[in-house]
Amino acid sequence: MDEQRRVRTERLRWHSRRALLENDLVLQRFWQKQTEALDDATAGMLERLLEMEDHDLWELLSGRQDAGDPALQSMVALLRQPAG
Amino acid sequence: MNVTVRKFDAVIVGAGGAGLRAAIQLSEAGLKTAVLTKVFPTRSHTVAAQGGVAASLGNSEEDHWHWHMYDTVKGSDWLGDQDAIEFMCRKANECVIELEHYGMPFDRLDNGRIYQRPFGGHMSNFGEKPVRRSCAAADRTGHAMLHAMYQRNVKANTQFFVEWMALDLIRDAEGEVLGVTAMEMETGEIYAFHAKATIFATGGSGRIYYSSTNAFINTGDGVGMAARAGSPLEDMEFWQFHPTGVAGAGVLITEGVRGEGGILRNSQGERFMERYAPNAKDLASRDVVSRAMVTEINEGRGCGPNKDYVLLDITHLPPETIMKRLPGIHEIAVQFAGVDALKEPIPVVPTCHYQMGGIPTNYHGQVVVPGKRTQNEIVPGFYAAGECACASVHGANRLGTNSLLDLLVFGKSAGETAVEELKKTPKAHKELPADAFERTLERLNRLETQKGGANVHETRLAMQRTMQKHAGVFRFNDLLKEGVQKILDVQKDVQQTEIKDKSKVFNTARLEALELDNLIEVAVATMVSAEARKESRGAHVRDDAPDTPERPNGRDDANWLKHTLWYKENNRLEYKSVTLRPLTVETIALKKRAY
Ligand SMILES: Cc1cc2nc3c(=O)[nH]c(=O)nc-3n(C[C@H](O)[C@H](O)[C@H](O)COP(=O)(O)OP(=O)(O)OC[C@H]3O[C@@H](n4cnc5c(N)ncnc54)[C@H](O)[C@@H]3O)c2cc1C
Repeated sequence: MDEQRRVRTERLRWHSRRALLENDLVLQRFWQKQTEALDDATAGMLERLLEMEDHDLWELLSGRQDAGDPALQSMVALLRQPAG
Repeated sequence: MNVTVRKFDAVIVGAGGAGLRAAIQLSEAGLKTAVLTKVFPTRSHTVAAQGGVAASLGNSEEDHWHWHMYDTVKGSDWLGDQDAIEFMCRKANECVIELEHYGMPFDRLDNGRIYQRPFGGHMSNFGEKPVRRSCAAADRTGHAMLHAMYQRNVKANTQFFVEWMALDLIRDAEGEVLGVTAMEMETGEIYAFHAKATIFATGGSGRIYYSSTNAFINTGDGVGMAARAGSPLEDMEFWQFHPTGVAGAGVLITEGVRGEGGILRNSQGERFMERYAPNAKDLASRDVVSRAMVTEINEGRGCGPNKDYVLLDITHLPPETIMKRLPGIHEIAVQFAGVDALKEPIPVVPTCHYQMGGIPTNYHGQVVVPGKRTQNEIVPGFYAAGECACASVHGANRLGTNSLLDLLVFGKSAGETAVEELKKTPKAHKELPADAFERTLERLNRLETQKGGANVHETRLAMQRTMQKHAGVFRFNDLLKEGVQKILDVQKDVQQTEIKDKSKVFNTARLEALELDNLIEVAVATMVSAEARKESRGAHVRDDAPDTPERPNGRDDANWLKHTLWYKENNRLEYKSVTLRPLTVETIALKKRAY
């Protein structure tokens, strides 16, 4: 179980390599704060976001668009939190 | 460690624009083609390109490939090879129309033809007046291009290996290239892709700089692999910088911001561009603005705790203008500079944007090296295209929208040439040499067993800061000399990086250490080549090469009208002549580059 969770987290860490620098930077900030494996709910939300095309993802991460789904939007809000 | 061998007719490393275009050519010719990519194809950096792709279609007004050629040669500050430039400009229309047939949703005119936008440096009638030459798909040109070409490849049965990282080139004793070694990220297992043709399309290496507009993926893997396998790298001192990247982040702030009235200020709040360009001020050309910014910083008038950036001020503009005319700028400033641009200025620095140099090729996409008979002997089985390659069409400076064109034309050309070569000499796979995997296994083993080594993140940062300070947009003899020593010191650390996490599945730490092995080759090549070139040309601007009548803009054609070739072995430099003779037209004669 723990191993499964770890692998899922590591895969998402790599999937955070994006085509747009803007997205890379926002996701990097998230990972720097994240030392443990992600719980299933967070991992699921992040998977949904990382499946998006990069321009669409940036629309959400920049706050120009709403994810339309409250759970997903709360993940977006978490990612948008400034460093520190 | 076990290495599984897989055989293909062709292996392409990279699924950005150049790799996908080459793959179409090979797969549609019925060849068994593998494409390796670190990320899903449509996450490749080509997605970031918005401005468009150049082609003299002449849909809105008269245009001609010869005019496009003139602009490209002039843009290159005469360092571009005129045979390759003629080839590219003549092929542009065909390649763009092909893309249209693949389903690329170009913006259109009312008459159904492709709409074309004006773009800096595109002129009609040999530099006379601006012309509309850039073809775009809204602000998602690169993205639309990748989608269209990916679909076409799926139809043609190209085999994609997604989340596979190529590690090293396989070459035999005769110098022939026989494929690559690669790691499957999902398992951490090592494979060899044994092929009759190997095409590198791994994109740029902009992450060697601290401030870069490039996404994290641009680590110069193909360039590093080629260098380790003994190939020279061409013209690596030439990097295009964009004047306004957000300090510390690199995210590009478009020229449009200064167009709308944005002003650059130093630590004293002074609008310093008035001193450097009394007429154009903040709207002077990119290189003039960048140089002025660096001079302000170097003379102690930079801002912030380290006095290492200047400010882009739009606080005097009406908020409605900012929100309406400059969409996205507000969000970028909030996210990456932590400032509300309506109330506070944005910290900016000149930022690395595009790599003009790379793996030397001819215009057929074949990798070439100086040999006994000519300065451009073909390396059998080896091809390169896109930003990792140097054809050389961009010379000392790239013209906007010519890189998307470069990857279409030379991606296709590399694919076409490989198809012809394989048809001409049908043969079985040449046997792999006994030491085919040695370089890769040594690297992996070193990383696995390293004790008391250097931290990857810190070492990369040291490299990036060294490059930014010593080989930035404006260059100084003493800084370059010091920079060579410093980057060689960083290289020693790279040779002993250590990772704590030794797990196999999606081990990002290991991947980043392997990427750093590639970045450092690019960084050393850049610094050594830049230190040696004692003139200013295009994007390589030295403070000790002033503008005189004999040396326009510091360009010294008598001594430096030549390509640099850097070899990893002993950091040796060689030079080769620029091809000034085009294919069918007359040479575009040397002139001062002025706009
Ligand atoms: C912000 C920005 C805007 C731009 N706008 C424009 C524009 O408007 N017009 C224009 O002409 N140019 C523009 N450019 C430049 C242009 O986008 C690039 O030069 C071009 O897209 C590079 O394409 P490529 O196919 O060479 O590489 P990329 O698209 O970068 O693709 C590289 C591929 O190689 C793969 N890869 C790399 N290393 C490995 C490895 N070791 N193993 C396996 N796979 C690997 C990657 O996964 C990826 O698929 C812009 C650049 C930037 C940064």
